[in-house]
Amino acid sequence: MNWGSAAEFFAMGGYGLFVWGSYAVSAAVIVAELALLVRRRRTCLRRISRRVTSEKSAS
Amino acid sequence: MALNLWRFASPQVIYPIAGRMAPMFMAAALVLGLVGLYIGFFVAPTDFQQGESYRIIFIHVPAAWMSMVIYLAMAFWCAVGMIMNTRLSFMMALALAPTGALMTFIALWTGALWGKPTWGAWWVWDARLTSELILLFLYIGFMSLHAAIDDVRRADRAAGLLALVGVVNVPIIYFSVQWWNTLHQGASVSLTRAPSMATTMLTGMLIMALAAWMYSIAASLMRLRVIILEREADADWVREQIAPAWRGART
Repeated sequence: MNWGSAAEFFAMGGYGLFVWGSYAVSAAVIVAELALLVRRRRTCLRRISRRVTSEKSAS
Repeated sequence: MALNLWRFASPQVIYPIAGRMAPMFMAAALVLGLVGLYIGFFVAPTDFQQGESYRIIFIHVPAAWMSMVIYLAMAFWCAVGMIMNTRLSFMMALALAPTGALMTFIALWTGALWGKPTWGAWWVWDARLTSELILLFLYIGFMSLHAAIDDVRRADRAAGLLALVGVVNVPIIYFSVQWWNTLHQGASVSLTRAPSMATTMLTGMLIMALAAWMYSIAASLMRLRVIILEREADADWVREQIAPAWRGART
């Protein structure tokens, strides 16, 4: 175990800004990628199903 | 042989297979990521030269590796698409590009935050950093060029050509630390030499690299499915099976 306390863990030996800045931004862009993917999928499926419905009601 | 491999070049066949595989890869990424982070933060010791700042390595190196691997995979699928004239190959390439750009961005960002405390500079124009930045521009150029051309088949070929020309940058990135005097250190891990780092550090890094592989595959498969839907929106199998099932699940 490297850390005596939680505060020591977050301080990262004085490099907290650099270490946590790296991890936080990496996590954020990964979450953003997945969220954008889910939204893109929903938008596409909504468009397709709307078109199918409108063509059915027209015929 | 009874098994027809060409069957797997069909978007309709790949769509459900990718749908079953993506969650498995994502679960593997999550488990490996948690194990890797645990080892990285709680098992691996403090570095005697860099202190705790070296812990950035557990995302920096895996992301940098993936940025190059994904580019090679993307260019490979473009080459297959150009030679075999298979639509799915270009969809694979397009599915990989944003995740590759993401990995490149993470490598550059974490590199800057590691460079500041170790070198005293966020950024230097040395060969390794500059060629990695060019890789980011190649990914962005590939996606923008594809988006700028309306005819999808022509967009595939034009962007594919760009991806293939850009492959020359990948060995430049990899060997830059040997070919030029760079501020960036040489490879800590290679196939021919013993690694120059503590075993637990190396283990944590390799597990994180595996997690990055699994995540990249999962995200690309998810994106491949969306691209197939977008391009096959008028196909019968999408209109008759996928769209009604999706609406059914939501109501």
